Amino acid sequence: MAEPRRVLVLVKYVPDAAGERSFADADSTTVRTTEGLLSELDEYAVEEALSLAESGGWEVTVATMGPEQAGAAIRKALQMGADAGIHISDEALHGTDALGTSAVLAAAVRKFSDEGGCDLLLCGMASTDAGMSVIPAMLAERLGLPQVSFASQLSVEGDTVRIRRDSETATETIESRLPAVVSVTDQINEPRYPSFKGIMAAKKKPVTTWSLADLGIEPAEVGLAASWSPVTEVSKRPPRGQGTIITDDGEGGVALAEFLAAEKFI
Amino acid sequence: MPRPAVERQLPDEESRALVELTREIARAELAPLVEDYEASSRYPREQMRLLGASGLLGLPYPEDLGGGGVGYEVYLQVIEELAAVWATVAESVSVHTLACFPLAGFGTPEQRKRWLPDMLGGDLLGAYCLSEPSSGSDAAALRTRAVLDPGSGDYVVNGTKAWITHGGIADFYSLMVRTGGPGPEGISCLLAPADTPGLSAAPPERKLGFSSSPTAQIHLDGARVSSGRLIGAEGQGFKIALAALDGGRLGIAACAVGLAQAALDAAVDYAGVREQFGQPIASFQGVSFMLADMATGIEAGRALYLAAARLRDAGRPFGKQAAMAKLFCTDMAMRVCTDAVQVLGGAGYTKDFPVERWFREAKALQIVEGTNQVQRVVIGRHLSRERG
Repeated sequence: MAEPRRVLVLVKYVPDAAGERSFADADSTTVRTTEGLLSELDEYAVEEALSLAESGGWEVTVATMGPEQAGAAIRKALQMGADAGIHISDEALHGTDALGTSAVLAAAVRKFSDEGGCDLLLCGMASTDAGMSVIPAMLAERLGLPQVSFASQLSVEGDTVRIRRDSETATETIESRLPAVVSVTDQINEPRYPSFKGIMAAKKKPVTTWSLADLGIEPAEVGLAASWSPVTEVSKRPPRGQGTIITDDGEGGVALAEFLAAEKFI
Repeated sequence: MPRPAVERQLPDEESRALVELTREIARAELAPLVEDYEASSRYPREQMRLLGASGLLGLPYPEDLGGGGVGYEVYLQVIEELAAVWATVAESVSVHTLACFPLAGFGTPEQRKRWLPDMLGGDLLGAYCLSEPSSGSDAAALRTRAVLDPGSGDYVVNGTKAWITHGGIADFYSLMVRTGGPGPEGISCLLAPADTPGLSAAPPERKLGFSSSPTAQIHLDGARVSSGRLIGAEGQGFKIALAALDGGRLGIAACAVGLAQAALDAAVDYAGVREQFGQPIASFQGVSFMLADMATGIEAGRALYLAAARLRDAGRPFGKQAAMAKLFCTDMAMRVCTDAVQVLGGAGYTKDFPVERWFREAKALQIVEGTNQVQRVVIGRHLSRERG
């Protein structure tokens, strides 16, 4: 049997939107929570990789960059069915901006590719915390690979990946040679839940940890200090104030209409 | 308001992940449907399939036969988590697990290898048939008769089973039937598929609660079940039925604790925001003492069913403790749900809040898998036996 082709899914560990949140420190928008999880939008990328694998001939590796607890994102993907994980973790990475992140991920992809080839890179359409949507493009640029973004459908035939991209005015069908960087939307599939068997199997799957040294990156190139667009100040948004209360003394309807008109709703 | 997660003691990372998975599925897939499905008596078959695909329909059975290989300590906490969101689903999982027990515990290796993987695989649903219209608590008086037809090698079964959870929607039925003389020694266990000729379900009972899951009589009218589907030896059926119930009772105890937890959470939430005399009613001792008693009952119930579960997992006798857990937890749940209705006052009595439904559901738990009077009989017999 031929060697399986290798798809690398890049995922992010994000704060649980349902958890308590606070900022990590005064000059970073890194959000700290008691609980974090695999970004919901990345689950679609993992699911797409798993269905490729189920169609035969693909091996799924999941990579994340983040602190120790970010291993939970890899674990979830392994429980869903991915074959292996790569955790890029280094103290110096704290506060790294998107440019820095894409440089680190590009180095990781090169290393992954050198060690056994890389036929396809999958990403979610955005992270659910920062929500910048720039990593797939930056990564493709750094790696010199085609970038095919916002796929709502994906198929692979031979060395060609074909995606559908839905916009408000048109539906595009786009083809690219492999390897390529593809980001997928939340319309592409319905991510599976892990099963208990998947949970049991995940603990036996390999997770490799790479530091900056493993990737040949100097600590000074990344982190808060190397950020191109440093955050100068962070403050919590004040809680939402009380709305306007209209007491209905017979003219309530008029007052309500005037309010809506003033806010340009009507 | 989201329910605060119950602090759980679990043996390992995998069981923590299992409970987390259960919470996630319950929150995302079950919670949105409960009210509609209960109001319209609709069984959540697709959601049960999802639980099956996730491995939740065979948790306490061996892995090599398709089960999850987890102990009751873990399995029951999964049941409790489900019950806190949808008691009918939790009870459904518990009853399915009970229905698999005769084959898993007493089948021959060949029988188990042949049928158990499918039964535990998640696509099939089981029913457990012991009670009859004229024999409930006095289960050993059952009259459904199975006669071996030597020509075909089939048992020909005639009779009626009563109060069967999943009656009419189950894929297989663990049937207790009379093959011999009167009394417990004349009872045997047959594993009948739903398409057994002569096996049919009556229309579902119209119940006080647990409306989304059908409970029906099962008619056996010359039903032919192959003798290869006899589980255990002839005459062993009653022993099998009671052994199954020991585990089943713990499932019901866990359902009761989950149900009570939901009721407490709702009562605490309500008492925290409902103001009277210028302050939240939770600040009045009359209400806060009720909440304190409810919470204490729940913790005690959880500790009791887990103590019984840990005995079972250690291979020690646990029948007495299982009966105690069923008795205590379901009486506790009835009391807690009654008090939750009281804390919500008029609102609690309306269908705009789920506490009246939980109150109705709690009542069933005092009756099923042996009434709480039968639990006391079981406990009393254990006490006499221990005296020698």
